[in-house]
Amino acid sequence: MKYIDEFRDGTVAQGIAKAIRAEADPGRAYHIMEFCGGHTHAISRYGLEDLLPANVRMIHGPGCPVCVLPVGRIDAAIWLARQDGVTLCTYGDMLRVPGSKRLSLLKAKAEGCDIRMVYSTMDALKLAQSLPERQVVFFAIGFETTTPPTAVAIKQAQAMGLGNFSVFCNHVLTPSAITQILDSPEVRELGTVRLDAFIGPAHVSTIIGSRPYEYFAEEYQRPVVIAGFEPLDVMQAVRMLVRQINDGRFEVENEFARAVTRDGNEKAKSLVADMFELRRAFEWRGLGLVPYSALRLKERFAAWDAERRWDVPQDSPPDNKACECGAILRGVKKPVDCKLFGTVCTPENPMGSCMVSAEGACAAHWTYGRFRDADPGHASGPDPEGD
Amino acid sequence: MTLPRRAHPRPLDVENGRVDLTHGGGGRAMAQLVEEMFIRAFDNEALNQRNDQAAFDVPPELLKGGRMVMTTDGYVISPLFFPGGDIGSLAVHGTVNDVAMAGAVPLSLSAGFIIEEGFPLADLQRIVQSMAKASREAGVPVVTGDTKVVEKGKGDGLFITTAGIGMVPAGVMISGDRARPGDAILVSGTMGDHGVAVMSQREGLGFETAILSDSAALHTMVAAMVAAQPAIHVLRDPTRGGLAATLNEIASQSAVGMLIEENAVPVAPEVRGACELLGLDPLYVANEGKLICICAEDDAEALLAVMRAHPLGANAARIGTCREDSHHFVQMRTGMGGMRVVDWLAGEQLPRIC
Repeated sequence: MKYIDEFRDGTVAQGIAKAIRAEADPGRAYHIMEFCGGHTHAISRYGLEDLLPANVRMIHGPGCPVCVLPVGRIDAAIWLARQDGVTLCTYGDMLRVPGSKRLSLLKAKAEGCDIRMVYSTMDALKLAQSLPERQVVFFAIGFETTTPPTAVAIKQAQAMGLGNFSVFCNHVLTPSAITQILDSPEVRELGTVRLDAFIGPAHVSTIIGSRPYEYFAEEYQRPVVIAGFEPLDVMQAVRMLVRQINDGRFEVENEFARAVTRDGNEKAKSLVADMFELRRAFEWRGLGLVPYSALRLKERFAAWDAERRWDVPQDSPPDNKACECGAILRGVKKPVDCKLFGTVCTPENPMGSCMVSAEGACAAHWTYGRFRDADPGHASGPDPEGD
Repeated sequence: MTLPRRAHPRPLDVENGRVDLTHGGGGRAMAQLVEEMFIRAFDNEALNQRNDQAAFDVPPELLKGGRMVMTTDGYVISPLFFPGGDIGSLAVHGTVNDVAMAGAVPLSLSAGFIIEEGFPLADLQRIVQSMAKASREAGVPVVTGDTKVVEKGKGDGLFITTAGIGMVPAGVMISGDRARPGDAILVSGTMGDHGVAVMSQREGLGFETAILSDSAALHTMVAAMVAAQPAIHVLRDPTRGGLAATLNEIASQSAVGMLIEENAVPVAPEVRGACELLGLDPLYVANEGKLICICAEDDAEALLAVMRAHPLGANAARIGTCREDSHHFVQMRTGMGGMRVVDWLAGEQLPRIC
């Protein structure tokens, strides 16, 4: 625990906060998007916004794998769970995500579908071994960090000759989503959303390294800092970005030097490259169809691909009309801008995906930050650029 | 032909036997189970009368101006045995604590057992003996009970329901709606031990730890607290939903806000480590041997001293203060110096831990 305590030292945090206040130019605003839901959660859970000056704004990005999965993929998972002889394994977070027709995996489970909550791909693999008469499907979700474990599970299933195990693959890619946000009309042409800089997730970069961000830092002239998930990591990343913005630099810097290298984990990358291929496009909740932003299993591994084994429906039903998850995931709106937020949509009864996962912008704000809305005196002061 | 002298010539096969449907059928097998398993273990005057109810006296000093309290709780924990306890001891401690949180002296318990067909008699005996031990140590007898057996697949081994009654001494008025702005918020020890101990045993978590459940009966500590300062406003044990849920319950019942300090909330390092690995927040993890005490600012130091002098309250701490807030938010100053809401738990962190 000592290792973790070092990154949660309140005195050090106050010191970094002081440095940020000293270095941030009061005449300008700093709009920093933390791409990853893990960072959103850390910011809310530790109340880090209270430590930042009013002109340093954190904008919550779409990096929560649960939040970005579109309704159609949830429906498809429910469809799979309803097939004869299928046991669907999923991470707990996915259970409550609303699909269409007010269904969710949790409700499908209550209806009698065999849906099991697992903590890892290995749990799913073990389940397949213990239930030889069932078809065990693992609902694989997540960014680059969770893809290698899925790959390993398939390799092991292959080695064990486990014919009753397959994967419903929904692995998505971080850099293509950030590019999509920077290409969006709100950022590029309309200028309604200002994004000056990005905090990139350290765990993704332990796999892919920091190099994949170099292209868009240069192309879009936005600085990036790869940062860990402890509160001090986030504070330090904000300080590094404020400095880059002040200096007019747009580099990829690595705050998480304790585990991230420029090239990442070559072994994991080659395993993934060997087994997966890019989908031409994949639908993201909030971002729409994003080109080359997700993975599927290569033909050679078709036997372990649930989408090839079953004729999984590829529909894309729309979100609830009043739900603003899409705009929130793009940084265009804040949770409080949504009419459903806190009224009919709460963590107990989520309408949109951002309210489901603890890493979603809405759930994080509702759970940890809603006192700020109740007590405007507490909120950050006016933005000097008046947005 | 010689008639057997005993009602049940062959004793229960505790070593290898299993509960079957006849054990709940109302016939001789049930009578034998009740006799050899339950009455033998719980052994007290009221129970030994073998009536369908228990009649017992209430100490006369408690009757004078005192109020009677009653509570009930179902125990469905999985696994049945966990580090630091089992469903039996938990069913005693949990209900004794619910009675005690009114500032009451617990007097007696009832116990209802719903057993799944096929449940090993050896496990049942282990649980019943542990329950009897907990009840003897607490000085609160199980005076009446019930046994039902359900078909295989219709239960999950064993469920226990206990009810408890007790007497609140005259002049003591402890209730969840009595917290006032300015009141001090105290806890009797480290948070999250029970939940983490149970989770460490859970199938699928693949996780070994030395953490023991804190399951314990708190009534003697409560008695000492009430004796020292009868004007305590609120007592409650933070079980399901942990400290966070319990503070929110009290805040909404009392229509106050609360501000707690993250750095002041005691959490054992092992529990913090386990929560880190499991992605849990110790504020939301269940306790079975801890209490929250809310009292006037002026009484806080004395009550902390009483708690710390008791073996179950060595790590007692002041964690925050109640305040005016029309939203009844429980807020926390984090270790980083920022503020956040400590909300109700959405859904369940992990099911069936009590």
